[in-house]
Amino acid sequence: MSFFKKLKEKFTHSQDTMTEKFRDGLTKTRDSFTSKMNDLVARYRTVDEEFFEELEELLIQADVGVDTVMELVDELKMEVKRQNIKDTKDIRGVISEKLVDIYQGEHEVDPSLAIQQEGLTVILFVGVNGVGKTTTIGKLAHQLKNDGKKVLLAAGDTFRAGAIEQLEVWGSRAGVDVIKQGEGSDPAAVMFDAVQAAKARQVDVLICDTAGRLQNKVNLMKELEKVKRVIEREVPGAPHEVLLALDATTGQNALTQARMFKEVTNVSGIVLTKLDGTAKGGIVLAIKRELDIPVKFVGLGEKMDDLQPFDAEKYVYGLFADLVDEEPVDMREE
Amino acid sequence: MAFEGLADRLQGSIQKIRGKGKVNESDVKEMMREVRLALLEADVNFKVVKNFVKRVSERAVGQEVMKSLTPGQQIIKVVKEELTELMGGEQSQIAVSKRPPTVIMMVGLQGAGKTTTTGKLANLLRKKHNRKPLLVAADIYRPAAIKQLETLGNQLDLPVFSMGDQVSPIDIARQGIEKAKEDHLDYVLIDTAGRLHVDETLMDELKQIKELSSPDEIFLVVDAMTGQDAVNVAQNFDEALGVTGVVLTKLDGDTRGGAALSIRAVTEKPIKFVGMGEKMDALEAFHPERMASRILGMGDMLSLIEKAQTNIDEEKAKEMEKKLRTATFTLDDFLEQLGQVKQMGPLDELIKMIPGANKMKGLDNLQVDGKQLGHVEAIIQSMTNAEKEQPEIINASRRKRIARGSGRTIQEVNRLLKQFEEMKKMMKQMTNMQQKGKKRGGFNFPFMK
Repeated sequence: MSFFKKLKEKFTHSQDTMTEKFRDGLTKTRDSFTSKMNDLVARYRTVDEEFFEELEELLIQADVGVDTVMELVDELKMEVKRQNIKDTKDIRGVISEKLVDIYQGEHEVDPSLAIQQEGLTVILFVGVNGVGKTTTIGKLAHQLKNDGKKVLLAAGDTFRAGAIEQLEVWGSRAGVDVIKQGEGSDPAAVMFDAVQAAKARQVDVLICDTAGRLQNKVNLMKELEKVKRVIEREVPGAPHEVLLALDATTGQNALTQARMFKEVTNVSGIVLTKLDGTAKGGIVLAIKRELDIPVKFVGLGEKMDDLQPFDAEKYVYGLFADLVDEEPVDMREE
Repeated sequence: MAFEGLADRLQGSIQKIRGKGKVNESDVKEMMREVRLALLEADVNFKVVKNFVKRVSERAVGQEVMKSLTPGQQIIKVVKEELTELMGGEQSQIAVSKRPPTVIMMVGLQGAGKTTTTGKLANLLRKKHNRKPLLVAADIYRPAAIKQLETLGNQLDLPVFSMGDQVSPIDIARQGIEKAKEDHLDYVLIDTAGRLHVDETLMDELKQIKELSSPDEIFLVVDAMTGQDAVNVAQNFDEALGVTGVVLTKLDGDTRGGAALSIRAVTEKPIKFVGMGEKMDALEAFHPERMASRILGMGDMLSLIEKAQTNIDEEKAKEMEKKLRTATFTLDDFLEQLGQVKQMGPLDELIKMIPGANKMKGLDNLQVDGKQLGHVEAIIQSMTNAEKEQPEIINASRRKRIARGSGRTIQEVNRLLKQFEEMKKMMKQMTNMQQKGKKRGGFNFPFMK
């Protein structure tokens, strides 16, 4: 069980604040998930059909999705046979290992943003209504600015009432400028202006907000395509990142969201928001597996610094902390 | 659509039992497994699914399904009936307080669509119920939330009460109600901030607002795309506040909306309204049967028919039918029909409501662009009256002129003329067929009652 040890070493002795953030944010998620997991392990002494059925339900409850769960359980069954695991205690490590496997596939995923060494980097945010695009942009701007970057925001949500003002508030909180036009103006025109301004002011990173849109609205998706096209035309190689904001409470529809937004804007990464609730956002496993879109950030609260880079192992660790560590109480006091 | 509906899922099992004289228990079990998967894929909470499948199984193993000649269809029927029943009746009425103003509190998670729904609800109260609502901006946490409500109020020409974001929401609610009394307004809609159901401090704040305003309705606003967590959210909000109804938002997306069933099952509170779009009048009554069809991926024929009924003028339809029968259908009539279809909403939405449309070849990935209808309109409008009456006279130079006049290409003009010709031919055939069959009652096409 080297994986198990590796994880433990990696996290129990680290003073990494990020790990702690993850832990705090995921406490609720983890509490409900792992206590059930422990229940499960305690209830079943031996690994049998009934155990797997319960495990299946546990994962479905985390919104992982039927197909992924079935596949995972099948693989687990094989692994159990192969390693001749009989005691449920011994299966914990295998489960977390498999979960990380499902997410990562062949090679490890790099969650960092493609920030250009030289010149302008453009980041475009897309997503359905109410997932937290504007809030995430505020947090990301704050973070990039703290990293010493010169940041500019583009108020591309010209549709929703109050959206421009909302971005402006975040802009002033983070201390970065916002390029805007009036409500109801053409978002592509706003982007054009913003790109020109970013060039003139020699900005490092331009972050573009867009209006939330349901992925089945053809016209709105075309509008988004146009926004992206304008950016492409004005800055060669841009947008360098297209980030899809995804609400962790969303169920199976998230997969359709990811598919449609990828088709139109070639999404390069996901920001999984609202992970500080009780929802687990398990659908990201299926999204990574089926569409190969990695999660780049997770939103763990409403404060400026509640945006954290995603780390698959830590994510799984957050869910399984109590299982991986034998003294779960110590973990939280650390 | 990403996921197979129940009917598609059951195809396999049905094929297997076809030809069998009798369906046995293990066949039913297999079908039940498919029912379970279909519901899980629709985001119905797994516990709710479990209970539901148990109930259906009992009915299925009993007389109904096993003795039936068409067990597959019978199962679907039983599932749909049970689902509809579980979803409850239609209940879109809103409480009226004996001592006005009637107070409605809007609560829910962040991003569920509370502010938008508040605006829509106020609009509905005024338009449909002839009431005078006051919008109260009590979301002091999200940046510019107050501004959002004010903008909506402006658009709707409805009063908004706000005190900025430095006053506690409890005071805002109190003074908002006072204001409504002073101004003799009969409804107060309190837009509260989105919050996590596990955030005790903020949940306490809601309890306080409830205590002082003694609301007549507390509406829980839930995103229709919510997954398994919907039960936790609904349960927590209901336990803390005792919600009186649920509004399901963003149902104009392509989610199955299994959350509706989960919420209903755990709270037993009625789903009163559904949000069907970003426009302020896109708030509709909840129809349990349609929701059941949707969760099962069976299309929404009823909504389609209703849309056609409300938007298509009956007299005009009859007149059109006569024209078709007598083959005097002109391009002008065609244009009029297009206009009526357009009124019904985006075409791709309409197509999605047809059961099985996602399985029909060519229709599954069809994306109809509303603009194309506009192009067709432009082309027809660029014709002279004579041309509209007798498209035969349109020769090459006329085509060129029409193309230039409408800003479309000659190819597009040609295509339209050809389509129109074919449509006429088809109509003729259908008329003949109908006359032969001696079936009165008129056409069912195109888009007629």
